[in-house]
Amino acid sequence: MAIYGLWVINKAGGLVYQRNFAEGLAQLTSNEYLVLAGTLHGIHAITSRLSPMGSSSGAQVIEGETFKMTISLTVTGTKFVLLTSLAESKADIILQKVYDIYADAVMKNPFHTPEMPIRSEGFDARITSLVGTGQT
Amino acid sequence: MAYTQPHPRLSVLSTSSQSSVEHLSPTASSTRFSLPSAPSIQATLNKAAPHRPNIYDRNLNKTRGTEVSASAFAFLFSEVVQYTQKRVNGINDLERRLNTLGYRIGTRVLELMVWRAESSSKTPKRETRFLPALMSIHTQVWKAVFGKAADAIEKSVENADEYMIIDNDPPIERYISVPRDMSQLSCSSFTAGIVEAVLDGLGFPARVTAHNTPTSQFPSRTTILIKLEKSVLDREELMKQ
Repeated sequence: MAIYGLWVINKAGGLVYQRNFAEGLAQLTSNEYLVLAGTLHGIHAITSRLSPMGSSSGAQVIEGETFKMTISLTVTGTKFVLLTSLAESKADIILQKVYDIYADAVMKNPFHTPEMPIRSEGFDARITSLVGTGQT
Repeated sequence: MAYTQPHPRLSVLSTSSQSSVEHLSPTASSTRFSLPSAPSIQATLNKAAPHRPNIYDRNLNKTRGTEVSASAFAFLFSEVVQYTQKRVNGINDLERRLNTLGYRIGTRVLELMVWRAESSSKTPKRETRFLPALMSIHTQVWKAVFGKAADAIEKSVENADEYMIIDNDPPIERYISVPRDMSQLSCSSFTAGIVEAVLDGLGFPARVTAHNTPTSQFPSRTTILIKLEKSVLDREELMKQ
């Protein structure tokens, strides 16, 4: 079980935070990450419109052969994406805690501009203590 | 004070200080005070809250033990800092403004604390010596404002007129990450303003500033530096005899 990475995508589809934890993910440039986040934002929008049962909150888990991404959508449209190994069972709980930390260390910080990249030492430190090196 | 006054409906307090008549009470009944010039405030308040009891008429002891949501305060303080930051040039100016805002709270904190502590006493007293006053700020004021005592009091070795109150984890800075290019900024200047007002009110005029003094164990450790006026030290010297 491993946690590979965390993304935070703002409501416009921009990547405002990206961090890798455990080794194993392909190394990408920051530009490539931005493109991927924008694409995921689009895919998520499509999945939320496809639902046959009325309104939907969109894709929650996307699984591959070697890893899965768990997506958590907040009511304000911010998306938290956690890249983990397939066996990771606590991804949902971790994302909820990330949301808590985001609300505390980012939204209550007067030096953060909403929808802009997150540069907050407090957020970094709390994420580090939550996820650690990514090995669980 | 050079603050631009907001629209009357946004702030009752700031408009009420514009005229001395309204200053008595923003909602003073018009039978006791004739307020020909202040119908707008009266009307706005009545329209906004027709049946709610007036907060100014509430028993001061009723809210003694009540707690305030730390999150709500954190958001409010964050907005205070952002609002102030937009209207200043440089970090010193920002700290001075935060200090002024804290000062306005400190005057009220002192009044309320003295009233609560001494009004029921048969022999009401006040602090006349500096060290007990400093101790009461360290414990009583901190408990009233932050819900916990400060962590330490220190006396400067180099300067006889300097004292320090140390807080290892100031609640108002718990969620604040100051960007690197403003690293000297301490948002606890707000707390320094409160301390300055309390000291002023007790008759110990001083200049109070806040400084970041992080340790590896307490990254947001803050020192509130009190620089007393010479008159205070002279008086302390006289009272020793």
